[in-house]
Amino acid sequence: MSTDTSQRIEQNNIEITDAVVAEHGLKPDEYKLIVEHMGRTPNMTELGVFSVMWSEHCSYKSSRKWLGKLNTKAAHVIQGPGENAGVIDIGDGLAAIFKMESHNHPSFIEPYQGAATGVGGIMRDVFTMGARPVANMNALRFGDPSHPKTRHLVSGVVSGIGGYGNCIGVPTVGGEVNFDKSYNGNILVNAMCVGIAATDKIFYAAASGIGSPVVYVGSKTGRDGIHGATMASAEFDDASDEKRPTVQVGDPFTEKLLLEACLELMASDAIVAIQDMGAAGLTSSSVEMASKGDIGIELDLDHIPCRETKMTAYEMLLSESQERMLMVLKPGREAEASAIFERWGLDFSVIGVLTPTKRMVIKHQGEIVADMPLGPLADGAPLYSRPYVETPKRPVIKAGDVAHSLSVSQALEKMVALPDLASRRWIWEQYDHMVMGDTVGRPGGDAALVRVHGTQKALAIATDVTPRYCYADPVEGGKQAVCETWRNITATGATPLAITNCLNFGNPERPEIMGQFVGCLEGMNEASLTLNYPVISGNVSLYNETNGTGIHPTPAIGGVGLIEDYTKAISIAPSRQGLSIYVVGQTMGHIGCSIYLRDIIGADDLGAPPPVNVENEKANGDFIRAQILNGTIDAAHDVSDGGLLLALCDMAFAGKMGVQIEYTPEDPHAFWFGEDQARYVVAVENTSAFEAAAGDISITKIGTTGSDTLTFADGVSISLETLRKKNENWLPEFMNQRSV
Amino acid sequence: MTATVIVFPGSNCDRDVAVCLEAALGEVPIMAWHGDHQLPDCDAIILPGGFSYGDYLRGGSIAAQSPIMREVVSAAQKGIPVLGICNGFQILTECGLLPGVLMRNSGLKFICRDVDLTVGNTQTPFMSGYKRDQNITLPIAHNEGNYFASDETLDALEDNDLIVLRYAGENPNGASRAIAGIRNQAGNVVGMMPHPERLAEAALGGEDGRAIFDGLASFLAK
Repeated sequence: MSTDTSQRIEQNNIEITDAVVAEHGLKPDEYKLIVEHMGRTPNMTELGVFSVMWSEHCSYKSSRKWLGKLNTKAAHVIQGPGENAGVIDIGDGLAAIFKMESHNHPSFIEPYQGAATGVGGIMRDVFTMGARPVANMNALRFGDPSHPKTRHLVSGVVSGIGGYGNCIGVPTVGGEVNFDKSYNGNILVNAMCVGIAATDKIFYAAASGIGSPVVYVGSKTGRDGIHGATMASAEFDDASDEKRPTVQVGDPFTEKLLLEACLELMASDAIVAIQDMGAAGLTSSSVEMASKGDIGIELDLDHIPCRETKMTAYEMLLSESQERMLMVLKPGREAEASAIFERWGLDFSVIGVLTPTKRMVIKHQGEIVADMPLGPLADGAPLYSRPYVETPKRPVIKAGDVAHSLSVSQALEKMVALPDLASRRWIWEQYDHMVMGDTVGRPGGDAALVRVHGTQKALAIATDVTPRYCYADPVEGGKQAVCETWRNITATGATPLAITNCLNFGNPERPEIMGQFVGCLEGMNEASLTLNYPVISGNVSLYNETNGTGIHPTPAIGGVGLIEDYTKAISIAPSRQGLSIYVVGQTMGHIGCSIYLRDIIGADDLGAPPPVNVENEKANGDFIRAQILNGTIDAAHDVSDGGLLLALCDMAFAGKMGVQIEYTPEDPHAFWFGEDQARYVVAVENTSAFEAAAGDISITKIGTTGSDTLTFADGVSISLETLRKKNENWLPEFMNQRSV
Repeated sequence: MTATVIVFPGSNCDRDVAVCLEAALGEVPIMAWHGDHQLPDCDAIILPGGFSYGDYLRGGSIAAQSPIMREVVSAAQKGIPVLGICNGFQILTECGLLPGVLMRNSGLKFICRDVDLTVGNTQTPFMSGYKRDQNITLPIAHNEGNYFASDETLDALEDNDLIVLRYAGENPNGASRAIAGIRNQAGNVVGMMPHPERLAEAALGGEDGRAIFDGLASFLAK
C-alpha cells in the first residue's frame, strides 16, 4: 500500500472498489465471500480486518490442508499446534514450551529491526503461555556471499538477533546459517524460543466469561507494521524497498519489563486468557481469543494507549507495534493486575469486554466502526487445495563417475573454509549465549544444552534443514531435516522429544512449489512418526520469491530433547589422547548433492540427495545414546554437511587434538566427503565394550586421537592449526571486506 | 552475612549473581528494587549485569540517577563492599564511585566469549581469593566495555595500584591499558567488565569466577 494510506482511509465512507480490494491482497472471489459473510458491503475498517485475518500468514489457506496430516501426538505432548506455542512434559511437574517462527520478509527490507522483532515475537509467543524463556535459537539463510547485499544483510540480522536477545537476557545458544544464491532476493530469518513452565501453570488463548474485562498491556500503539502480515503473504519485486514502513520497530527493554510483569501476574490466578499481539496485532489477538472461546468481543478503541495522534480505527486494529499483549482477566481483578504493570512502568488499559454475540464489535469515538461475525473472520478464509506437481526424481550420481581434481587433503583445506562449512564463531560471539547461568553446552557443538534451572535436567536444542536436499528431492529432504535435529540431540546423550518447524517456500500458486511443500511434509511426517518425534508447533512462510524466482524449499526444523542428568551429557570434543575413533552407521560414499560435489567439483547436476532410512537412524541413534549414558562414548558428533572428514575436523578443532587416521578406503573422496545419513563419529576408550555392544550396528574404526595434526593412513599430514585458522577466518574476513 | 543485589528495570544477571552469592555466603541475598528509597540492612551490595533502563542515553547513566543509587553511594562512602559487574561497572562510573567511562567496544560489536585475564591488586573484599599476577579465565558479554579515562587518571590508577584485572593477550574491546576491572582508593568498591558469576561452576565450563564470591565470604566472616 502507498504511504498516504493513513490519510486516505481516515473515513470509513471510502468506497470499496476492486482496486481497494486488490490493494488489500484479496482475490475477487475472496472478497465476494466476505460480502456474503457480512450480509453487506464491508467498510474500510472491516475490509482491513478481514484482509489480514485471511492473509496467507494468518489463515494458512494454502497450507492448512497439508498441515492437518502432520504427526502431532505422543504421550509427552501437552499441547500440539494451534496455540501460541507447543508444550511437552519433561517430568517432575515441568513443561518445555517452544516454537519457531519466520521473519523473512521484514528482515530482507530492514535486517536489524526485522530480525530483532522476529526474536521478540517468538519470545512473546512462549511467555504468553506462562513459560520463562530460557533459550533462543535461529536458522538463517542468506544469498550468495558474492551478492552485493549479502554482507549488509548478515551484519544487520546478526546484530538484530543479538541486540534483542542480549538485552532481554535470554541466551541465544545456537543455530545454523547457509549461503545460497536462491536466497539472494529472499533471506530467511527463523527464530526459535524455548521456555520452561510448571505443567499446572500453562496459559491458553481461549477467552471465557461473558462480561469479563479485556485488557491491553505493554507498549503503546503506533503506525508501524501496518499490513505486515499482508506483506509477508506476497512476493517481492524491484519496488520492495518501499515496504519499509510495514516493518515494525522493536524495544527489547520494554519486552523485558513485559516478560517480568506478565510472569508476576501469572503467579496469581487473575488471568483467564492471554495472547500476544503479533502478526496483525490487535485484530488477530482479539479474534483468536474470542473465536477460540466461542464468544463475542467488544472493543472501545478510545482506550487504546497510542503513541501517535489521530490514529484511525483501521490503523489501531492493523498496527503491528511490538511488545503488546491482550488478556482477559477475571472480573474484579483489574486493580491488582494494574498495580503490577504500573510498577514495571507499562501501560495497562481495559479496552473491552467479552459478549455472548460471537461478533467482534469495534467502537471508536462513540460510534460503531466495525461489526463482524467472528467465525468467518477466524476460520472462514477459503481453504485452497492448490494444484501441485511432484518434483521429478533425479538420477543417483555414481561416485566413480566424478573426476576429482584435488587430493583428499587438498580438497579438505578448501572445504574447511567454504561459506557453508566455515566456523560460525563470528556470529555466535555476538550473541550472549551464557546469560541465565545454565548454558552447559555452548554453541559450536551438535545441540545446545541448557540446564533446567535448579535441577539435574537439561534440554538439548538443535535447528536443521539441508535445503539443497529438499530442492533435489523434497521427500528425502524433509525426512533428512527431521532426522538431523534428532541426530544432533542424540549426539549429546539427550532423548529427542518433539519438534517445531518453520516451513519456508516460494509461491504456492505455482504447482511445482506446491509440489515441494507437499513432498517435504510427507518426508517430515514419515521421520516424525518413526522416531516418535511429533510436531507441536510451527509456522508457514510462503511467497518467498522475487520477480518469479523462488527460494530453495526450506522446512527448518527445531528439535528439543531432554537429558535427565546433564553431567552425563557429552560434547563433540574428545577429552584425551589415545581414544579410538569410530564411524557409526554405514558409509556408502553417496556423493550426490554433497557440498564436495557442489563447491569443489562445481558440478551443475548434483543428482539425488542421500536417501534417508529412518529405521536405521533410529537404531543407530538409540545405540549412540545408550553408549553415551553408560559412559562408553567420550565424544560424539553427527555426520552431515561436508561428510565424514569435516565431522572429524570439527571434533579435532573442539578438542584441540589431532587424529591419526588408520583406515584406507577404496574410494577416498566418496568415503570422506560423501554425505550418507544416519552416521556419527565417536571417540571411545573402552573399545571392547563398545564393539560388543554394537551388535548389528555398523561400526568402523578409522583412527586414534593424539598429536596436533590430521594424518592420513598414507602418511599425508596437515597441521590442525592450519586447518583451524582457515575454518575460523573465512567469516570474519568475509565480513570485514571493504565495500568495492 | 547478607548481600543485597540491586535490581533495575532491565537488569538480567541479577538471578545469576544471586545463585553464586547464596552458594558462597550460605544465605539468599536480598533483591532490592531500583525505586526504593531505603537500602536493606546488609553487608555487601552487588550491581548486576544487564541493560538497566535499556541502556538508553548511555549504559548505566539512567540507573546512576535512580533513588536506590543515592543510598548505595552513601553506603559505599561508609565502607560497605560494593561490586559492579558489567552494567554494574558502568553504573559505578556513571555515579562517580569509580573513575573513567566504558565506551563502545573498539570493534563496534557485542562480544560474548571467555577471555584470559591477569589479576592485579587483590586488597579488596572481592579479589582476596586470588593471588596477584594469577592468570584466570572469565567470560565477557558486552557492547560497551572499552574502559577510557584521562592519562592522569590512568596514571593514578596504576601508581596507586588500583587495577584489579587486566586483559591478558588480546585486548577484546580496546580498553585503555587493557583494564578490565578497577577498585577505589578505599578498596571497598570494585567494578569489572567480566562476569565471574558465569564461570563459578565446572558444569558451565570453569570455576575461576568463584573466588570473587568466596573471597567476599571469607572477608565478611572475619
